[in-house]
Amino acid sequence: MMGLLRSLVLNAIIFAGLLSAGQAQELVKSYGPEDASETLVLRSTTDIEVFGPVVDAFLSTRPGLKIIYEQWGSNDLYELSRKECRDGASVADLVISSGVHQMVKLVNEACAAAYSSRQTAALPEALRWRNELWGITREPAVIIYNRDLVPEQDVPRTRFDLLDLLRPAGSPYAGRVATYDIERSGLGYLFAFSDAREASTFGALQESFGRTQAVSTCCSADIIRNVAEGRYLLAYNVLGSYAQGYQVSDDRIGIVLPSDYTIVLSRALMIPKTSTHFERAAEFLDFLLSDAGVFALRKALLISPMLDTEDGSEAETLSSTALRPISLSPALMVALDKLTRETFLRRWRSTFPAP
Amino acid sequence: MPDFLQRFDRSSLTLRVAFGVTLLLVIGGLLVSIAAFAYGREAARSAYDRLLLGAANDIASSIAILDGRAVLELPVSAFELLALAPDDRIGYRIIGPDGSTLTGYDEIIVPSERGNSRDRFFDGTFFGEDARFAIVTKRFAERTLNGTMQVIVGQTLKAREGMAYEITRQAVYVLIISGFAMACLAAVVVWSVLRPLKTIAGGLRDRDPHDLTPLDTAVPKETAVMIKALNGFMARLDRQMNSMRHLISDTAHQLRTPVAALRAQADLLADEADPERREKIAERIQSRSAGLGRLLDQLLSQALVVHRGDSARREEVDLRDIALEVFEEGDHRLLFPDKDVSLNVGEVPLPVLADAPSLSEALKNLLNNALKYGEAPIVVGAAKEGGSLCIYAQDAGGGPDAEALSLLGERFSNDTPTRQSGSGLGLAIAHSVACAFGGTLDLANLEQGGFRAALVFKAAHDGQSQ
Repeated sequence: MMGLLRSLVLNAIIFAGLLSAGQAQELVKSYGPEDASETLVLRSTTDIEVFGPVVDAFLSTRPGLKIIYEQWGSNDLYELSRKECRDGASVADLVISSGVHQMVKLVNEACAAAYSSRQTAALPEALRWRNELWGITREPAVIIYNRDLVPEQDVPRTRFDLLDLLRPAGSPYAGRVATYDIERSGLGYLFAFSDAREASTFGALQESFGRTQAVSTCCSADIIRNVAEGRYLLAYNVLGSYAQGYQVSDDRIGIVLPSDYTIVLSRALMIPKTSTHFERAAEFLDFLLSDAGVFALRKALLISPMLDTEDGSEAETLSSTALRPISLSPALMVALDKLTRETFLRRWRSTFPAP
Repeated sequence: MPDFLQRFDRSSLTLRVAFGVTLLLVIGGLLVSIAAFAYGREAARSAYDRLLLGAANDIASSIAILDGRAVLELPVSAFELLALAPDDRIGYRIIGPDGSTLTGYDEIIVPSERGNSRDRFFDGTFFGEDARFAIVTKRFAERTLNGTMQVIVGQTLKAREGMAYEITRQAVYVLIISGFAMACLAAVVVWSVLRPLKTIAGGLRDRDPHDLTPLDTAVPKETAVMIKALNGFMARLDRQMNSMRHLISDTAHQLRTPVAALRAQADLLADEADPERREKIAERIQSRSAGLGRLLDQLLSQALVVHRGDSARREEVDLRDIALEVFEEGDHRLLFPDKDVSLNVGEVPLPVLADAPSLSEALKNLLNNALKYGEAPIVVGAAKEGGSLCIYAQDAGGGPDAEALSLLGERFSNDTPTRQSGSGLGLAIAHSVACAFGGTLDLANLEQGGFRAALVFKAAHDGQSQ
């Protein structure tokens, strides 16, 4: 329990670190014996402390293997991977990113190696593309609220509830709803983009956010902490795995899976085609998709228990049709198109004037 | 190679049919597979080309101009359309009026030598993989922007190849099934064709050795040829056996009376004491034995004719030559020096398909009859009468009476005591010869007086020739 608490505190520190955008990796940690004969380089956007136990679980069955875990911001990871792919000199053996649109684009540009096995074939169609990209986690985008300051009857269960909450003039929620700044957060952009694709509600919501001077800010950790501390009452489109991780140590926040629809993110994994340890990387992939791997990911909350519809967790139970996984399809490349992004961001900026 | 051919000649029919069917299936299968693959590729190409064009048009229609700049929100629907080829990479590029890339992949190069600018598709590569591209142009005539934009959308070829293979695979499945059906059908056909042969063989094996009746001809047309040949052969065998039987019975019948008479005379001679009467009896024995000798000659010649009629090869024979030969042989001058015989032949050849010795023998017998029973002048000749050809012996006498005439031509019978020296046998020989070569024996009293015995045949060249 203490270990978990410590790791969460660490998380918060790392999340704060995400704020400072730099071109270098944020953290590096080595797993496994120092004198191992083989070394895998794993680059990921997931925090070391969250993903570390999963790596440990893998290494426990493979003595003699070392994994160097590099933690990156998603935009930096994308730029680096793309550059290395074009130069043909990648050092990474595995890349895992929450910027799945960026991963799709990398695969589209022939940066990934193909692999198929019984485990990968068992994945649903939406969670694999070309046998080069696989979705390994299940993390919902949720609404969080401050339990003390938001009365039970006000807690929005759907986006329509949220709209209704913001509609009255002089609503107490005006200016106290937060969401990602999609210009700075790749994940926020992806969620917003998926929202725009998913339903017309998003236009109304965006308009509503603008009118009530909602706050757009960066980074899951920031948003979650500020909701807990009461600076914001509500936050929209927060990554469920981080919210739930925070909730374990600080129950001032409540989590809602919107029941009209809930976007589910699957972090994508690819093996760069320049990987020098292809077989080991493929073994790691097979491990993540195996029962043991899924168990480890569940323990790390990366496969969210909130999505188990029969599970009576404190979050809403959802009908499975309300779950909208972001499928790994070339259609995601639209999100990265230069002109499309400009247009999308222009509309966003007209709602949230730059601070 | 000849060794192989020889072996092939002797190999079983089933093996030959199997060989033929296999050859057909392999060559046909290969051709159909190639055709199916070509068709599959074409079908896949046109199907996925339409997707590309649809996506390109979708994107082109979403371009708008705002403040002199192109504004675009890529329609997700276009990419979802392209994602119908789920495993293919997608490339796109939008080129502005000034030739610069507005968005998308610079790596996509529009071939400069696109011969026909109306051609909306081109082949290229996309990150090292073969790809196909569609190009759509859109014209803008705004105050702030005037020119043409090009939207290029491309896709790698995985789905196309998959579809082509799928079509080919289906075709090959159908091919394998139909090939199997053909092989089965061929086996059934061979079995049913060869079954009559087995039936025939079984029928022959189980037959009585003396049974020469025709085989059942209720068999397929192709096998009937063999049955017919077999039946023809057996009929000939049957005829020969019959004629042998007839010859033996005829000979026995013919010889019994004269031999009995000779014995009676010889007995008489032994008992006779009177030298004068003995002399008379001896004379009678002499004349009887001479007659017996003649009879034997005729019997043997009939046997010869009957035998040759079935066995001798048919040749083209000129009837004039036969008449000439019989006339020139000149037996009549020795035997009947008092009777005048003349030859009557024309200028035109009279060819028939027959056996020359048989014809001579028959004509000789007719001449002998005329000499013996007819009246001079006697004519031997050959003539053409309507569509038929004949050789004949003609005399000036009245011929036999009507009753006797009607009996003639049938199997020889020597009931008439006046003709005991064997004229009936002569006609029987002539008749046999006529029958053997498809002709008739014609006996008739002539209008201008006289009697003529003729062998009438069809001309060798009048459709009867072989």
